Amino acid sequence: MVTFQFVPYQDLENLTSAKRINKLLNIVKDDKIVIMEGRLKKEEEVDLIEITMEEISPNFKGIELSVIYPENNKLSSLQKVRGAFANMLLGDRQGLTIIGPASIVKKIEKNPNKIELFTKEVDSKRRRKDKG
Amino acid sequence: MVKNFLKNLLKKLKFNPFTKKSHFKLGLYGPPNGGKSTLANRICQDWLGEELSSVSHIPHETREIKIKEQVSIKNRKGKELTFSLVDTPGIATKIDYEDFLKKGMKKDMAKKRAKEATKGVIEAIKWLDNMDSVVVVLDATKDPYSQVNITIIGNLQARNIPVLIAANKVDLQKSSIDAIKAAFPQYEVVGISAKYGKNVEEFYEQLFKIA
Repeated sequence: MVTFQFVPYQDLENLTSAKRINKLLNIVKDDKIVIMEGRLKKEEEVDLIEITMEEISPNFKGIELSVIYPENNKLSSLQKVRGAFANMLLGDRQGLTIIGPASIVKKIEKNPNKIELFTKEVDSKRRRKDKG
Repeated sequence: MVKNFLKNLLKKLKFNPFTKKSHFKLGLYGPPNGGKSTLANRICQDWLGEELSSVSHIPHETREIKIKEQVSIKNRKGKELTFSLVDTPGIATKIDYEDFLKKGMKKDMAKKRAKEATKGVIEAIKWLDNMDSVVVVLDATKDPYSQVNITIIGNLQARNIPVLIAANKVDLQKSSIDAIKAAFPQYEVVGISAKYGKNVEEFYEQLFKIA
């Protein structure tokens, strides 16, 4: 069985970067797959990799990570302005971040607006989840 | 006194107009087994006649930063560029010692390699801030949309570090430079085979643009 845990934006928005990363990693280390509303900052993504490496042990082999984010160059000017205004008021909630434990998630393929998540528990050719 | 004050101020601001821009740090970044060390060796062989790093088909062969100072290259017009070449360990989000067992390693060695590999990733990330320009080396036979690639390039962009993407292994039939160009349209992509030296002249020309 694979467990997904949704993490809404408001659960993270008031946390410091370090606490935000720790919260996400703790869920993953609990063998759950995080579905996070929005995305981490670019610097936080690299911090997540760094902290993951620090925590690798025989029981924790790392993470699989993927982010879906609307491509800015495909948006109209009006959509860009509207998006920037919404971000200013509500925070950057756009996009979706998936983080899974490497012991469960074999790979996440993104191409580029679709995510395919392959788990280790089933035949690698079967798709467990297909988001379009 | 004024001279010393200005000198110290410029030093603190990390700005020295008398320093040659050619002495910059050029980093090779990318996921494991993309060919960073093969490219580092190609550059060092072509211009210094010696190698920098050992290479292997087993991932995470480079587990610590390797630097070759004073690498001078020349372009077709005879212009010279001197830099410190920094070969970095491949950046990954997971490291499993059992993967090394599958490659025929003994358990102790596999665990040691995994431990060193995690430290190598951390070291590579910490060195990002020291780079003046970076060549992101990607395996052109692999899916370019991996989050590691996106995270590395996004962080270089956030730090305003000039980037050149080397689409490596173009000698292989499965390779696709177009897929890498489509994934990162805002960057210059040069297709090379670091192993066989294919198109490296063009690669050297492109290095002058990010210096």
